[in-house]
Amino acid sequence: MKAKVHVRLKDGVLDPQGAAIGRALGQLGFGGVGEVRQGKLIELDLKATDQAAAKAEVEAMCQKLLANPVIETYSVTIEA
Amino acid sequence: MQAGVITFPGSNCDRDAAVALQQAGAAVTRLWHAETELPRLDLIVLPGGFSYGDYLRCGAIAAKAPIMREVVRAAEAGIAVLGICNGFQLLAEAGLVPGALIANAGLKFVCREVGLDVVSTDSVFTANYDPAKPISIPVAHHDGNYVCDEEELQRLEDEDRIAFRYRDNPNGSVADIAGVFGPGRKVLGLMPHPERAADPATGGTDGAPMFKGLMEALS
Repeated sequence: MKAKVHVRLKDGVLDPQGAAIGRALGQLGFGGVGEVRQGKLIELDLKATDQAAAKAEVEAMCQKLLANPVIETYSVTIEA
Repeated sequence: MQAGVITFPGSNCDRDAAVALQQAGAAVTRLWHAETELPRLDLIVLPGGFSYGDYLRCGAIAAKAPIMREVVRAAEAGIAVLGICNGFQLLAEAGLVPGALIANAGLKFVCREVGLDVVSTDSVFTANYDPAKPISIPVAHHDGNYVCDEEELQRLEDEDRIAFRYRDNPNGSVADIAGVFGPGRKVLGLMPHPERAADPATGGTDGAPMFKGLMEALS
């Protein structure tokens, strides 16, 4: 079973990397780009076979390590 | 004063911190991150560096090192804990000080002397400073941009827990914050490096009063 964890900076937390990407896109002529936010995608291979149990385990991983709740939000997707 | 300096994989200011403490008169024990017990200590120092290569988030993986369980326990028991630079990031990740440190607003590594106002002298770390006299201490970081929500900022202000503010903000930190105390004022996290300004041979001594003050308060 595979899990994907998307970690994003919370709304309102400054994202200097996203802003730099946005400026670079503008310099390349992509005029229609508004705000850019950069996050992380973490892919996990899991031994678990039960989808609900896998999701609960990955949520616990997010709370303990993968995301920092002060500045980030996360979402977990489980794939068979 | 018995001081412990913890080395994580990627710490690089551990020796400097130990030397600054020794020059102030402390007995220093060097500790490895994988240890699961602490000796009897009056002060624990989490030094600067790039623990675990700053993977995931700065300080995030080191904050889960075996020794950190004991550091959290010691902090809760009132032992003084000082986190410098990567050590500050680590304290934030471990929840011993509020907020978080993200990439500098200018996206550049900033390595220079900065002027600081000592905002609160009500602590074992800052009692030897004069709040009317700004100090000059080096910073060297890429992720020193302190963030916290408005409610937390208000709490820090109301409880006089902002230790240092930048006079010319180098990284975008909210409210120019360079260092904050934990809830009991016995934990200090700061981005500037007082251990790099503790000996005239390295260009300045404005960091030395912190180590001398700790020595006086904790011996």
